[in-house]
Amino acid sequence: MSLSNEEIKQIALLARIKLSELEVQQLSDQLSEILDNFKILEEIDTSEVEPTAQTFELENVDRLDETSVPIDRGLTLEGAPRSQEGYFRVRRVLE
Amino acid sequence: MSENIKLNVFAHQHSKLLNERAYSSVELVEATLHNLKDHDLNAYITVTNSLALKQAELADERIKSGTAGPLTGIPIAVKDLLSTVGNITTAGSKILEDYRPLFDCTVVERLQDAGAVIIAKTNLDEFAMGSSNEHSAFGPVKNPWNHQKVPGGSSGGSAVAVANRDVPISLGTDTGGSIRQPAAFCGVTGLKPTYGRVSRYGVIAFGSSLEQVGPFGRDATDIANVMQIIAGVDVRDSTTAKISVPDYQEDFGKGLAGLRVGVPAQFFQDGLDKDVRLAVENVIELFEHEGAIIDRSLQLPTSPASLPVYYIIAPSEASANLARYDGVKYGFSFLEGGSVDEEMSLTRSMGFGQEVKRRIMLGTYALSSGYYDAYYLKAQKVRTLIRQEFAKAFETHDLLLTPTTPTVAFGLGEKIDDPYNMYLNDLYTLPVNISGNPAISMPCGFSDELPIGLQLIAKPFDEKTLLRATYAYQSLTDWHMKKPHD
Repeated sequence: MSLSNEEIKQIALLARIKLSELEVQQLSDQLSEILDNFKILEEIDTSEVEPTAQTFELENVDRLDETSVPIDRGLTLEGAPRSQEGYFRVRRVLE
Repeated sequence: MSENIKLNVFAHQHSKLLNERAYSSVELVEATLHNLKDHDLNAYITVTNSLALKQAELADERIKSGTAGPLTGIPIAVKDLLSTVGNITTAGSKILEDYRPLFDCTVVERLQDAGAVIIAKTNLDEFAMGSSNEHSAFGPVKNPWNHQKVPGGSSGGSAVAVANRDVPISLGTDTGGSIRQPAAFCGVTGLKPTYGRVSRYGVIAFGSSLEQVGPFGRDATDIANVMQIIAGVDVRDSTTAKISVPDYQEDFGKGLAGLRVGVPAQFFQDGLDKDVRLAVENVIELFEHEGAIIDRSLQLPTSPASLPVYYIIAPSEASANLARYDGVKYGFSFLEGGSVDEEMSLTRSMGFGQEVKRRIMLGTYALSSGYYDAYYLKAQKVRTLIRQEFAKAFETHDLLLTPTTPTVAFGLGEKIDDPYNMYLNDLYTLPVNISGNPAISMPCGFSDELPIGLQLIAKPFDEKTLLRATYAYQSLTDWHMKKPHD
C-alpha cells in the first residue's frame, strides 16, 4: 500500500492542514509504511463479527432537560482570537 | 521548618505527619515548590505557585478542624491535558499555548474537594500522542535515571514528577499505554483504570473510546487513595459506568495465594529484551512461591493485532476530536490567510506538531470515503475479537502478568524519525486500551541501571484485585523503594 503525493495532498485538504512539499513527501513515505504494517488485519476473519465502538455494556444515558447557568459570554470571548459585539468573528464564508 | 521536611516519603506518610502537626500543608507545599527550582528535567509546563499556597491554607484549616482525608494537604502534579481554571492548559501544543479553560475537569475538582494541592501541570507529548515525551511543543522531558534517555510518554512529566521525588502522587492519562509505559521507564507505579471507571469530563480529548485518567504513585496505598476519590460515575461524562466503587484497600492483607494468574505467550515473543524477560520470570517465580496459580498455557492469539487496531482507531478518533482547533473560538490563530479555509489550514499547520499532523492525516484517511470499511470498520471488528479473547481469559483467571514494555527506556532522539518503530514500543500496553480492561505497571528490576516494568491486567472494574496484588508484591520486594541518584 502506498500513498502518492497527490493522495497526501487530498487528505490534507480534507483535514484542513497546509503541508509543505517536504512534509508531503515525508508523510507519503511514513503513512505508506504504517499502512503496510496494517495488512495483518486482512488475515483475520471478521465475517461474522460485530464492530465494537464502546467496551462495556453502556445503555442509553438520559437526563432531565433542565436549564442551568451557562459559561459567561464575556469570559468565553476573552479567549477568542477575534470577536465583535458579543460574538465570535470569522472570515466571510460565502463570497 | 520547611527545610527539614523529607520529600522522599509516601503521600500516606505525609498525611499522617500533617495530622500529627509535624508540619503544615503550607510548609510542605513551600518545601515542594522550593525543591522544584533545582529541577532540570523539563517535567513541568506550569508551576502553580500562588494557587497552590492558597489551596494549602485551605487544607490546613481542614486538618485543624479534623475533617481531613488521606489526600488533604498533599502536593500533587497533574498532566497538562487536564483542564484547570486559573491556569493555562496547553496539552503540550503550540495551538493551546495561551489557552485558559473556563471549567475544571472532574478529576481535578474531586481531588481539590478532597483537599489535595495542585502544584504543577506536567509536560507531555502533544495532545498525548507519543511514547517518548519528545513530541511536546515545550521540549522533551528527561529520564531522572539517565538524562540521555526518554522518560516514556505521553504522561512523561507526571511519571518524572513522582520518580524524582518532587511529589508523591500525580495524574496522567492512558490512551495506549501513556501511564504504564512512562511508569515502567521511570521506576514508579501507574494505574490505567477500566474504561468508564473515571470521568473524562474536561480532559482534552484524543482517543475518546480508549483513554482514561489514572494515578502515578510509588506504592499501592497511595494509588488506592487516589482511585478512591477519582473513580465513579459523573453526570457530565455519560460514558462513566454506573457501577459502585469498592474499598480499594479492603483486600490488602490477602496476599497472592489462590490468585489465578495467566502468563500469555504473545507477550513473551521476539523483540522482548532478555533482562526484561528475566526480571518478569523472577516475578512469576515469586508469585508461584507465594501461592498464586500460574498458567503458562494461556493464548491471546489476536492480541498482537492490537497495534494496527489502535493505530487506526486512535488516529481516527483524534482526527475528529482535533477538528475543533479551527482558530475561531480559542487558541492560536493565524489571521492573515486569504480565505476562511486558508486561515484554518495555516492555523492548524503552524499550531500542530509533526506527530499530531501525522495522526490527523492517518485518521482522516482511515475514515474517508472508500477506505472506511477496509480500515476503521475492520479495526472495530478485530477490536471485538480482542475483547472476546480477554473476556474468555478472565473466565478462568484473576490476573494476567506480562512485561509493561519490550525494553527499558531508549535514548532521546533514537526513534523520533521512525514513527512505526516508535509505535512498536506500545505493543504490550495497547491491548487493554482496545479491550477496556484495567492494568497497572510497577517496578520489578533493572537493566543497565534503568527500571523494568511489570504489568498486571485484571477483569473490567476489578482494580481492587490489581491493587491487592500490587500491595502484596511491594510488601515482598523493594524495587518500588529505589530512587534515581542513589
